[in-house]
Amino acid sequence: MNKYPAWLNTLVLVILLAGCLFALPNLYGSVEAVQIADNDGAAYDEAHLEEYVRVVENAGVTPESAYLQDGRVVIRFDKPEDQEIAGDRLKAAYEREANVATTLAPKLPEWIRNLGLGPMSLGLDLRGGVYVLLEVDMATAIDSRMKGYQQDFDDRLREARIRHRVDLADQILAIRLTGAEDVEAARTIIERADPDLLIADGADGKSLTVRMSEAQIKERQDFAIEQNLTTLRNRVNQLGVAEPLVQRQGVDRIVVQLPGVQDPNQLKRILTATATLEFRLVDMSGDEPGSRRYPGRGEESSQVLKRQVIASGDQIIDASTGSDQGQPIVSITLDSTAGERMLQTTMDNLNKPMSTVFIESRRETVMRNGVEEQRTIKTEEVINTATIRGVFKNRFQISGLTPGEAHDLALLLRAGALAAPVYTIDERTIGPSLGQDNIDRGFNAIKIGFLAVIIFMVVYYRAFGLIANVALLSNLVFIVAMLSILGASLTLPGMAGIVLTVGMAVDANVLIFERIREELADGAPPQSAINAGYEKALSSITDANVTTLIAAVVLFAIGTGPIKGFAITLLLGIITSMFTAIVGTRAIVNVLFGGRKLQSLPV
Amino acid sequence: MRLIRKKTKIDFLGPKRRKIALSISALLVVVSLVSLGTRGLDFGIDFTGGILLEVGYEQPADLEKIRSNLSDSGFQDAQVQLFGRETDVLVRLPPQPQESAESVRERLRSTLEAGGHSIELRRVESVSAQVGSELAERGALAMVVALLMIFVYVMIRFQWKFSAGAVAALAHDAIVTVGFFSIFRFPFDLTVVAAILAVIGYSLNDTVVAFDRIRENFFALRGVSAEEAMNTSINEMLARTLITGFTTLLVLVALLVLGGESIAPFSIALIVGIIVGTYSSIYTASATALALNVSPQDLIEPIKDPTLIDDLP
Repeated sequence: MNKYPAWLNTLVLVILLAGCLFALPNLYGSVEAVQIADNDGAAYDEAHLEEYVRVVENAGVTPESAYLQDGRVVIRFDKPEDQEIAGDRLKAAYEREANVATTLAPKLPEWIRNLGLGPMSLGLDLRGGVYVLLEVDMATAIDSRMKGYQQDFDDRLREARIRHRVDLADQILAIRLTGAEDVEAARTIIERADPDLLIADGADGKSLTVRMSEAQIKERQDFAIEQNLTTLRNRVNQLGVAEPLVQRQGVDRIVVQLPGVQDPNQLKRILTATATLEFRLVDMSGDEPGSRRYPGRGEESSQVLKRQVIASGDQIIDASTGSDQGQPIVSITLDSTAGERMLQTTMDNLNKPMSTVFIESRRETVMRNGVEEQRTIKTEEVINTATIRGVFKNRFQISGLTPGEAHDLALLLRAGALAAPVYTIDERTIGPSLGQDNIDRGFNAIKIGFLAVIIFMVVYYRAFGLIANVALLSNLVFIVAMLSILGASLTLPGMAGIVLTVGMAVDANVLIFERIREELADGAPPQSAINAGYEKALSSITDANVTTLIAAVVLFAIGTGPIKGFAITLLLGIITSMFTAIVGTRAIVNVLFGGRKLQSLPV
Repeated sequence: MRLIRKKTKIDFLGPKRRKIALSISALLVVVSLVSLGTRGLDFGIDFTGGILLEVGYEQPADLEKIRSNLSDSGFQDAQVQLFGRETDVLVRLPPQPQESAESVRERLRSTLEAGGHSIELRRVESVSAQVGSELAERGALAMVVALLMIFVYVMIRFQWKFSAGAVAALAHDAIVTVGFFSIFRFPFDLTVVAAILAVIGYSLNDTVVAFDRIRENFFALRGVSAEEAMNTSINEMLARTLITGFTTLLVLVALLVLGGESIAPFSIALIVGIIVGTYSSIYTASATALALNVSPQDLIEPIKDPTLIDDLP
C-alpha cells in the first residue's frame, strides 16, 4: 500500500528538476551591458554582432562577452566606464538605424543562455522607470478624415460645375445646393467617391448630409491607434531605452513603459509631440481662394499662404540636424512623390517666396459653465520664408528654430507623425533607489514569512511537517520558474502574492495531515490512515483552491497595474501549490513510509 | 503538537449562540456601513485622481515647514505625511486641471527644495480624475463579478442554501474590512481592492472546506439534525481552520513589518480580512445556511434525477 509506480516518482522528480533549471537563471546577478536592436525590428545575425564588437574594440574597450539574444546584440562589460564609452561610441555611429541602450544584462553563463533561459523580469516598481498611459484623441482623428472628405467633395462638385457649399460641424458634412435639381447629381458624385458613407437628404430638399458609417469610424480609429503605436515605437527607439514597452490598451489608449528612464518630462515631450511641417507657396496677390494668413513665430513676419500644400511632414523620410553659419538647421529628405512635386513647384516658381509652417497641437483644460472640458489647440506658425533661388527636389534644409527645437523636430520627423494627438492621463515615475528598496523589502518579507511557516510546520507536524516544507520550498521554485518562463514581470504586489501563497499553500497539507490524524484517532492502521487522509482531503482541497482561483482569475481579468501583478503570482501559486501539496508530498510520503510495517506515524 | 484537544465539542451553532453570532455580525456590518456612509474612505489617488510625490530628504524632514512652504506656493490642499522613515515624505495633491503636470511637478520640486534641502524624487504619480473613477468602477466590478461566480460555483458543487451562506459570509467579510479602513482612516488604494478580493478567496476557501465536511457528515451521520451535523463538522475542522489562519497571519505580519509603507495598507486589509473571514466561516456561513433551513435532503434530492448526477462526488 502507498506506493507510487516508478514512472510517477520519476515524473515528479523530472518536473522538480525542470523547475529548478528554469528558476536557476534568477540566481545570477546582473552586469553592465549595451543592448543594440534594429529600429525596424529586423533580427541581427553573426555579421552584425562582429561589426558592433569591432566598433567597441576600436574605441579601446574589451567586452567581457558579446552575444545575440532574440535578434538583438548584447555586449557585456566588466566596468561601468567601459559600458559608458562603448555606449557613446555606438550611439554616435548608429543613431539612425539602431536603438542603442545602456542597461543591465543578466550575468548568465553561456550554457544557460544557449538553452534560451532567462531570469524573470522586474516590474517598474522594482527597477525604477517611467509608466505613461496615453489617450488617443479619436475625435481629432475623425475630424481630420472628415476634413479630407470636405476638401475632396468641394473639388469634385466644382469640377462637375454644381454650385454648392460644404460645411463641417460635429463630424457631419452639410452640403448645401442651389436647387433640388442638383441633389441627385451631387449624391451620385459622393457615392462614387466613397460608397460606404451614409448620405441623407436635408430637411429643405436642396441639401445633403454626409457622415461616416460605424464601420468606417471604427476602421479610422483602428488606423489611428495602429499608426500611433508605430510612431510611438519609433520615437521610443530613438530614446535609447532597453526593453521599452509600447502597447495598446482598450479602445483608445496606449501604455508606454520605459525601465530605467528618470526624466518623464523629456519623455512626455517626445511622446506626445505633434510637431510637424508643411511647405506652402506665399500668395503674392493675397486674394486667391482658400488662401489665409499664418502668424509668424517670434521675429518671423506673418504671411498669406496658398491653400495647396507642396509637401507635409508625413512625406518626410529622413531628417537630421546640423548648423549653417551658427544657425541650427534641419536637413530634410522627401519621399519621391513629394520630391517630384517640389521639383515641379520650384521650376514653376523661381524667385518667388515659399514658407515653412510649423504645426503643433496641445490640449488645454478649460472651464465652461463650471464643467471641465478638454480642448485641442492647434498652432500653425511660419518659421521661415525664403525665395526660391534654384530648382531643388527631395533634399533641402530649413532654418528658423532653436537648437532644442531643431533636435526634437528632426527626431519627430524621422519617427513619423501621429495620426491623432495623444494626451497623458496617467503617469508614474519610480526612482531607482525606491526600486531597490522595494526589492529588499519584498525579499525580506518572503524570507522571514517563509522561515516562520517552516519552523511552525516542523514543530507542529514533525516529519510530516518537514515533508510539507520540502513541498513549500519547491512551490516557491515553481512560482519563480513559471514567472521566468512566462516572461511575466515581478512587482511588489506580486511579491506580496508570493508571501500570501506561502501562508496559504500549507493549507492543503494541513487538511491532509489533520485528516490522517483523525483517521489514526479513529483507530485506522497507519498505512490506511495515510491513504484515507490523502483521498478524503482531496475534494476539500479542490473546492477550496478552485474558489480562490476564481477570485484570482477575476482579479487578473478585471484588474490593472498593481492588481494584475498580484493576481499572476496568486494564480501561479495556487496551481503549483496544488501539485506540490498533493502529488509532491504524497511521493515523498510513499517513498519514506509506503509498503512498510508501521506502528505509528510521525504526524 | 496539537493546538486543540483531540475532539472538541463546542456548540458553535446552538440557537442561543447562533443568535449572538448573528447579532455580532449584524452589528459589525451596520457599524461599517454607517462609517462608510458618514466618514467615507480615505481614497488614494488611484481612485480620486491627483498627484503623489514620495520624496527622500537627507535630514529628518520638518513637516510643518514643508506644509507652510507648499501652502505659500499655492498648494493649500496638499496632504503631507511621513512615509515609513523620518527622511521620507509623501505629498498628495488633488488633480490640478488648470496647470500642466510638468509645471506642477517643477513647482513642487522647487518648493520642496526650498531652504537648500537636496531632495530625491523617489516616486511621482499623476493620475487624471477620469482614470481614477474608471479604476474605482473596475474595482467594484471585480468584486461583484467574483461574488457572482463564487455563488454559481458553490451552487453547482453544493446547493443554493450553501451558496447563500457562503456569499453572505463573504459580503460580511468584505464590508467589515472596508468598514475597518473607513473607521481607522487607513489609505484605501488599488492594492486594498486586490487584498479584499484575496480575502474573499481565502474566506471562501475556509467556508467551502467546512461545507465539504458538512456534506460528508450529512450522509455519514444518519438520524442527526442538520444543526448537530454542522456543529460536529465545524468542530472537526477547527484545528485546520485555526492552523491555516495562523500560518497565513504569520506571513502577513512579516509582510506588514518588513514590506515597507507602500504595501502596508494591503497587509492590513488582509490581516483584518482573514481574522474576520475565519470567524465568519465558522459562524456566519453555517448560521445563514441553517437560517434557510438547510437539511441533508437538500443535498440528496438531485440524485433522484439521473441527468443531474454528473460531477457530484
